[in-house]
Amino acid sequence: MQGSTVDSAKVALDYHGSAATGHEAHPDHRLFGLIVFLGAEAMIFMGLFMAYLTFRAVYPSWPPEGTPERELVLPGINTAILIASSFVIHRADTAIKQNNVNGLRKWFAITAAMGAIFLAGQLYEYHNLEFGLTTNLYASTFYVLTGFHGLHVFLGLGLILAVLWRARQREHYSSEHHFGVEAAELYWHFVDVVWIVLFLLLYIL
Amino acid sequence: MTQTEIPSSISTAHHGGTERKWWHYFTFNEDHKVIGVQYLVTAFFFYLIGGLMAAVIRTELATPASDFVSPETYNGLLTLHGTIMIFLWVVPAGAGLANYLIPLMIGARDMAFPKLNAMAFWMIPPAGITLALSLLVGEAPQAGWTSYPPLSLMTGKVGEGIWIFSLLVLGTSSILGAINFLVTILKMRVPSMPTNKMPLFCWSMMATALLILIGTPVLAGALILLAFDLLVGTAFFNPMGGGDPIVYQHMFWFYSHPAVYIMVLPLFGAISEILPVHARKPVFGYQAIAYSSLAIAFLGCIVWAHHMFTSGTPAWLRMFFMIATMVIAVPTGIKVFGWLATIWGGKLSLNSAMLFAMGFVAVFVIGGITGVMLASVPFDIHVHDTYFVVAHLHYVLFGGSVFGLYAAIYHWFPKITGRLVNETWGRIHFILTFIGMNLTFMPMHQLGLQGMNRRIALYDPKFTSLNELATIGSYLLAVSTIPFLINAIWSWAKGPKADGNPWNALTLEWQTSSPPAIENFEVLPVLTSGPYDYGLEEEEVGLPTAQAGSATLSSSPGA
Repeated sequence: MQGSTVDSAKVALDYHGSAATGHEAHPDHRLFGLIVFLGAEAMIFMGLFMAYLTFRAVYPSWPPEGTPERELVLPGINTAILIASSFVIHRADTAIKQNNVNGLRKWFAITAAMGAIFLAGQLYEYHNLEFGLTTNLYASTFYVLTGFHGLHVFLGLGLILAVLWRARQREHYSSEHHFGVEAAELYWHFVDVVWIVLFLLLYIL
Repeated sequence: MTQTEIPSSISTAHHGGTERKWWHYFTFNEDHKVIGVQYLVTAFFFYLIGGLMAAVIRTELATPASDFVSPETYNGLLTLHGTIMIFLWVVPAGAGLANYLIPLMIGARDMAFPKLNAMAFWMIPPAGITLALSLLVGEAPQAGWTSYPPLSLMTGKVGEGIWIFSLLVLGTSSILGAINFLVTILKMRVPSMPTNKMPLFCWSMMATALLILIGTPVLAGALILLAFDLLVGTAFFNPMGGGDPIVYQHMFWFYSHPAVYIMVLPLFGAISEILPVHARKPVFGYQAIAYSSLAIAFLGCIVWAHHMFTSGTPAWLRMFFMIATMVIAVPTGIKVFGWLATIWGGKLSLNSAMLFAMGFVAVFVIGGITGVMLASVPFDIHVHDTYFVVAHLHYVLFGGSVFGLYAAIYHWFPKITGRLVNETWGRIHFILTFIGMNLTFMPMHQLGLQGMNRRIALYDPKFTSLNELATIGSYLLAVSTIPFLINAIWSWAKGPKADGNPWNALTLEWQTSSPPAIENFEVLPVLTSGPYDYGLEEEEVGLPTAQAGSATLSSSPGA
């Protein structure tokens, strides 16, 4: 039921037969629900970040001696791409608020491509790093934190592709009904902000 | 066209009838009342399993030697007893009450997200059954409900893996439920109900939902890292690989201390509902009780390290956590005094619900006092990991949460089932439970002060007599559930019919039929009095003040 959009005029004629009267009657609380959910998600990352900072503070030297150097160029480019994609996805939101479905499709497709490039870049980085998951505590935190974030990027990418799939029908999203677009966008911004913190913690600090 | 015709015709069309059939309760149903009952019955089922485990534990502890079960089985029973009672009984039972009551109390037709609500419930049975079955296949987790590494990394991968998996699933379920509670309470109240007219149960559930949303994700983070340590061979928490087990303790208690409030705040709310109804007096200090829930939630988030006074925490940190912990006694004390002032001079009807509610206050206060004792660092270091802590936690969890749940079940039984309970059997149940509870857990204070270690199957023979007493008490507790079960099942099937409002209560859930219609209210109610205006004016809450456009509010929760 959630996620469906219903023409209220049609429902009024269709009381006895159809399935979909549901949530049009009271205001739509899904976006608020998503924000609360993202608050809980933020707490997982907060817990992991605090754990990382504690490990870092307690360890005599950080990264532990003997940890191979990491290069900064590729992660830097990746970060720039992810941050830029947040601005790109916002243009889709602007477009659909003007009933511009083609704009929505275009900007979502570009965001999806940028997300995919980010994930590919991260996999490339994993492949070329000289330490593995169990090398030492620093390596473990690096892989688990970036991997857990990467999983979220992957899910966000899935949301964007789902919106694109639904948007193949021109009438599916409109300036009035576009919760799916807003949800995917909000999730993507969330993933982006988490990455900025993660990048500062793991690469810069 | 009257305004009630359209709603009833719609609900008939969407639910295939106006009444729930028994098999609805075994399906993926989106009605919050069905889900509430599903939660409560499932949780009670796990309570019986966890209770059976406790009986085996107490039988083992009747003698100093390890002679009833093997030490490994004992460790497994101990771990599962704690985990089941917390994550599969008290937490989901609170969620069950919240599911059933919140929409009814605020005049909504359902929760904000009915499908999500059903999903949250259906995560519980598979996780719970997996956990309980691990004992039967001989692979039970053995590291206690706290599962501290490195111990939890050394006691068997399968059992510990099952424990982590189950807790991740149960935690996710809890978070999804909390999202629903918070959004529903904040956004779905009838227009005539501002927050300061909200039933106190809703206030306490708001605080509970916030704690779940803040704490549970951090536990999930800890469990993910623990799973990597266990299964992949990283060393986040394993000192042998350079990791830090103290970080796990911090993350674990960052959830698990708030979890004690997650387990008791819903019952604080329920007690605040039950006492005024059966004392026929307005609740004393509505705002104080309402805001003290939020104060407890806030303070509950900043005291977790009082579980770690023996984990090498620095002195300045101990001071902070000691003082913050003691401060929690203030909002809790405000509630207790509010309750006492509520029943003071009231026309008490000593029925089962009221007896359990007053038993709750009496026994919880004892647990609260030992809580303040344990907050004190020197005392805590002395009795850490002894039976004194076991006594304390059972006074607040059994005397608090379980008494509160029984009170709530007796109080809302007529609403849920449409039938009255047998009060004689209810009173017998209360007396047996009250005696059994104190007989089981009171001696443990003494045992702890004398230095008997918790969690271990063997003990020094000098502790035998008090342990025998506790074991007898635990058998009495086991027996005490029999009158309850007989009463509940018999009354549900054959009890005398209850009308919509058998207690003459003022909150909204009593202003509809018992059991409520599928969409709760024929016409959305309009408040004409506060929730606890007993004895002020003999004026009922104005239910049938039909609102313009009520037909558009008649939508079904889902098809």
